[in-house]
Amino acid sequence: MGSSAPPTEAPLVLVGRSNRKRVLLAVDQAARAAGLYPGMDATKARILMPGLTMHDAKTAEDQAGLTRLADWALQRYAPIVAPDPPDGLIIEATGCAHLHGGEEAMLADLRRRLANFGYDSRTAMADHWGAAHALARFGRAPLLVIPPNAAEPALRPLPLAALRLPVATVAGLARLGFERIDDLLAQPRAPLALRFGPALWRRIDQALGCAAEPIEPHRPPEAPQASQTFAEPIGTPAAIAHTIATLVAAVCEQLRTCQIGARGLDLLLHCVDRRCEAIRVGTSAPVRDPTRLVRLLIDKIETIDPGLGIELMQLIATRTEPLAAIQTLSSLAAPPEPDITPLIDLLANRLGPDHIYRIASVASDVPERAIARIAPAGPISHADWPTHWPRPPRLLAHPERIETIAPLPDHPPVTFRWRGVRHRVHCADGPERIFGEWWKRDAELAAVRDYFRVEDETGLRFWIYRAGDGEDASTGSHQWFVHGIFG
Amino acid sequence: MIPPLETLRARIKSLESPHLRPVAVLPFGIAPLDACLPGGGLALGALHEIMGGGPDTTYAAAASLFAAGIAARIAGPVLWCLARADLFAPGVAQAGLAADRVIHLEASPEAALLACCEEALHHGGVSVVAEIARLSMTASRRLQLAAERAGRPIIALRRARRSTDATVSGEPTAATTRWRVTSLPSAPLPAPGIGQARWRVELIRCRAGESADIIVEGCDAKGYLALPAVLADRSASPADGILRTAD
Repeated sequence: MGSSAPPTEAPLVLVGRSNRKRVLLAVDQAARAAGLYPGMDATKARILMPGLTMHDAKTAEDQAGLTRLADWALQRYAPIVAPDPPDGLIIEATGCAHLHGGEEAMLADLRRRLANFGYDSRTAMADHWGAAHALARFGRAPLLVIPPNAAEPALRPLPLAALRLPVATVAGLARLGFERIDDLLAQPRAPLALRFGPALWRRIDQALGCAAEPIEPHRPPEAPQASQTFAEPIGTPAAIAHTIATLVAAVCEQLRTCQIGARGLDLLLHCVDRRCEAIRVGTSAPVRDPTRLVRLLIDKIETIDPGLGIELMQLIATRTEPLAAIQTLSSLAAPPEPDITPLIDLLANRLGPDHIYRIASVASDVPERAIARIAPAGPISHADWPTHWPRPPRLLAHPERIETIAPLPDHPPVTFRWRGVRHRVHCADGPERIFGEWWKRDAELAAVRDYFRVEDETGLRFWIYRAGDGEDASTGSHQWFVHGIFG
Repeated sequence: MIPPLETLRARIKSLESPHLRPVAVLPFGIAPLDACLPGGGLALGALHEIMGGGPDTTYAAAASLFAAGIAARIAGPVLWCLARADLFAPGVAQAGLAADRVIHLEASPEAALLACCEEALHHGGVSVVAEIARLSMTASRRLQLAAERAGRPIIALRRARRSTDATVSGEPTAATTRWRVTSLPSAPLPAPGIGQARWRVELIRCRAGESADIIVEGCDAKGYLALPAVLADRSASPADGILRTAD
């Protein structure tokens, strides 16, 4: 609503029709705190709270917004995403969470980004759609990660409304005294099924993972895509590779028509047993060369489990960027630089994009801050560090404490002990004084490190430093550390 | 006129590996070292094994710089495959290998790392440095063949997981050359300080070549090694392949 939006502390409800009655469809936190709930009569709510802000629910626009959100999640998180109306989004995170730093980190990232959009969200990750759906809406915390095979104990205390049952069924069960999922699980199935229909136990089985519930993946209609159905299910790597080549050729043709290149491709493989397997590959620059894309996809065939066979394969260019045809320069004098971006894409898809990088220089005197990881393929960064001080080829991830005998204030140690081995310093160079970066943290205002290059009697050369300037205790602890090893 | 022995050697070589290109080499510019290597330099399309000597087998800092110096003198990008991300780019840049040319790759376990190296060689256009602890005969043979086909070197930088780990130097491999680089006390200076780094470079094994054991000064800013002044002054003839430590 933009600037015309009411203040967040005032209760706000959305009103819609349900069976010829005007009822509340959604309530915000303030309204919920005042005792309003979805499904309540609109007139009743208005009597309870005379100054209540009411707006008509626009279901079609909500649906469109949810679809846009699904588009976004599809590009950002996982190849299998589906809108779960009226208010949910379901993401199949299998094999994707590690790319976002783990399951918790992925959910936290999702919540943070949604908060940036202005959405308050609740998230849960569980083995099955039903369990995740219930725990996201009725779980204790807004961010829940349920470990594998632990959904049942987490679901037991939840109310029956968590099971995606019709309102009448939940009310009928409440009349019989069933409040929580726990109450139902011990009951014999047949009498309840007779009274409430088969949906009751199907929903419970779906939540517990006893019944399959396939997710119909959302596909943005405007994205270049191709699909192929099989009269006879396929399962061999050779057959899958052949189909990949056919699909990639079709998608590349669409890409060429639109003058765009693919940055991300999703291959969805619908299996006979209603599972959907997915392969997602990304590229470091827009690509529409079929050979390269086929190579990337084929490299991942071994990660999928075709089960009893695949009956439908879909290839979607989820992320695309403009890519006009360019003329390649041909030089008479020198052979062209070998293009290694296909290799980088292949390795990045295999290992994860964080595992392949180049190093760029950062203007900082503190050694561990002088380097930054940048994308492996890209413009030349002209990384350059000052050369007048030697730097070691190996830098320890964390400086390691050493026991030393050293005269103060500005002499290198005479001997030191590192990892249980005593080294007698034969000769040394230094100190190179590095001051803390006071503009980063207050604690670094006075901090000082004095770096020395020392050589022991066997010729090993170390990069060691003393925290502090050797005189003033406020500049550091005056302890010694090994930070690097010279050759 | 070509000597008959040379013709015979060329014929045997073409029988051994028919896809082999004419061997391109990278000379070190150090006569006694180049004399030990067939073709007068380090073969470009080959697997070379470098390990740290003395107490520094886990970090192999001198060996890393030796490898960086070799990679720096070969044009084109370098894929540096790491098991632990402790390579410090400013230090490597001081051995002549600019950070822009190095693509760092972290992979574990080692089988995955070796697979990535082989993939890179198959793709071509990159030199590869692989930091590994174990290298079996089969794996090294695969890498050697891939390097021969690519015409690009792969340097297996052997790093022990622990300082007590003896597997690095023990097992045989199919590498064309095997080197051990040990830090030595630097040349004494008239003033306090540390002089130019000195290494003992041992060429332990070299296919179709001689072994060598030589003391050199560490890489300069362009990746070149140099003979220390004491040795350079001596008339070291290229014919005597083995130089013992002569201080």
